[in-house]
Amino acid sequence: MNAPMPEPLVEVSDLCREFDVSKPWLNRLIEREPKQFLRAVDNVHFNINKGETLALVGESGSGKSTIAKMLVGLLEPSQGTILFGGQRMRTDTSAEMQVLRKRFQMIFQSPYASLNPRWRVGEVIAEPMTVLAIVKDRREIQKRVDELLVLVGLSAADARKFPHEFSGGQRQRIAIARALSANPEFIVCDEPTSALDVSVQAQILNLMRDLQDELGLTYLFISHDLSVVRHMANRIGVLYLGALVEIADSKTLFSNPVHPYTKMLLDAVPDLAMTGRERKRVEGEIPNPINPPTGCTFHPRCPFANERCKREVPLLKAYGTGVASCHAVEEGRID
Amino acid sequence: MTTPVLSVKDLVVEFPTRHGPLTAISGVSFDLAPGEILGMVGESGAGKSLTGSAIIGLLDPPGRIASGEIWLQGERIDQLRGDDMRVLRGRRVGMVFQDPLTSLNPLYTIAEQLIETIRTHLEISVNEARKRAIGLLDDVGIPAASRRIDDYPHQFSGGMRQRVVIALALAAEPALVIADEPTTALDVSVQAQIIEVLKEQCTQRGASIMLITHDMGVIAETADRVAVMYAGRIAEIGPVKDIIQNAMHPYTSGLMGSIPSLTQEDDRLVQIPGAMPRLAAMPAGCAFHPRCERVFDKCTASRPQLIPMGTHEVSCWLYDDATAVAAKP
Repeated sequence: MNAPMPEPLVEVSDLCREFDVSKPWLNRLIEREPKQFLRAVDNVHFNINKGETLALVGESGSGKSTIAKMLVGLLEPSQGTILFGGQRMRTDTSAEMQVLRKRFQMIFQSPYASLNPRWRVGEVIAEPMTVLAIVKDRREIQKRVDELLVLVGLSAADARKFPHEFSGGQRQRIAIARALSANPEFIVCDEPTSALDVSVQAQILNLMRDLQDELGLTYLFISHDLSVVRHMANRIGVLYLGALVEIADSKTLFSNPVHPYTKMLLDAVPDLAMTGRERKRVEGEIPNPINPPTGCTFHPRCPFANERCKREVPLLKAYGTGVASCHAVEEGRID
Repeated sequence: MTTPVLSVKDLVVEFPTRHGPLTAISGVSFDLAPGEILGMVGESGAGKSLTGSAIIGLLDPPGRIASGEIWLQGERIDQLRGDDMRVLRGRRVGMVFQDPLTSLNPLYTIAEQLIETIRTHLEISVNEARKRAIGLLDDVGIPAASRRIDDYPHQFSGGMRQRVVIALALAAEPALVIADEPTTALDVSVQAQIIEVLKEQCTQRGASIMLITHDMGVIAETADRVAVMYAGRIAEIGPVKDIIQNAMHPYTSGLMGSIPSLTQEDDRLVQIPGAMPRLAAMPAGCAFHPRCERVFDKCTASRPQLIPMGTHEVSCWLYDDATAVAAKP
């Protein structure tokens, strides 16, 4: 395959985010406790190329949504940088950021919470255009709203309705139309279908793929559902307790997972095809992120853990087309 | 032939409103054999949870059973009231709900809740009940059960809490366990563990399970038979493997195709146009006909009943001998 050199649109390096989860000042004083921090995202490093879909998967508390928020400038990283088209992402309202913000949008998990119930759908969809001052003429805005509604499979007449008049799937279509109204290059989708039923989910996933082909969009797709991720993504990153444990091509990750956590996650997915494939029993649960295990955070659940895993944090190393962070793989203890 | 543990006949559940009654469940019938695991699958609003609530008499008023019969081990239970129903719940029918945090009382320790449940249904001393409770927690895989039994629910993780709920459901050795979305609130790696514990413990005790979920994957892993519900009716019912690999009802095959697969190379998911009808605007005839690709005149006119087709039963006019010929393309 002689595809053109991939051009990174988003470059994330050494990204960390800590949250202060300490008790109030007086309690700390009386109970003589130090401040407590939760490291939600820990040294995450990845690129997203133009026109591709990168998916991040992980269980609850793995830092997926925190990364999403930092990528669109809703949350300040504690450490590390995010470059968008070569420009550094910040959370302030400077002129450069205003220009940069026109280039990306976000779709949220619940279309019930992300649409203002007191606004008409037309106003909801027009908001990014007016706020970012992309289109100023009212008639032109109206025209664009109508086009967007048709694009996402609704009708132009729906612009006058309120969000409550729509079903969950239709609302998510409205949220997609809103994200598209500023003509972005990059859309961060945070669990866009997990609030929807499967048949509606299929409609939304198909729509998102069609739009990507049509408009040349780049997606960061966040989900806990591996089968959805496999369907949508070109590359997949697996998160565990805030750290990336493996990134690989979608096909490679499913056919040939490297990291023991990825293997465990794949084994845990119910097998709809009923092929009766051999599966390992999943052990244990995610530990408390306030007090994570030392060394490799996965070692208490890992069947291949040894002394080194308990001591030393593994680094991402290249294996085939992807990267993974595991001492056991590095030492050749597992293939 | 053995008596089924649970037998639901023509169940109709209605919600009276100012504009007349809304029929949420309309003519649902199925049997559950001893030791069998029946999956109930469907999208939100299909009536799967409501069927479960109707069986254990926990319908929220003004919802009521308008007609039909429910039989538990050969005894009719849909007309039981108050105390009689309370004795039955927990003793003969155990329940596991979606969110383990709301089904446990946060103000009581696990020991208090388990002992209370056991002593409500069985006449044994507190000490014996405690021993039994520890045994139960051991069975559902709670490490160091004798120590952890005196903890409060908030001291357990989500997966451990759901194990406690399963222990509670099994406390009085019920003949039937109704599990309503038992793993929906949990992560995938924990979900697999919980499903395994539920299945293993019920099988050991010979209890049947009615497993209500929207996740076809969970059903495929767990259930013996599955009932696919749509708009308050059973669209298709039959052995899991047959339904998954050889769905007959157009809704079931659409539903199966819309699930992204882990193993199959697929470019596009099957898409069922539209959404499930609202209760107030239920279409005439087959409830699925406005979304169905293979609709013909009979579908809009009258409602199909469950027709036996080999191992399945399917409610679709395509499989009715008298009309099938007309529908052939």
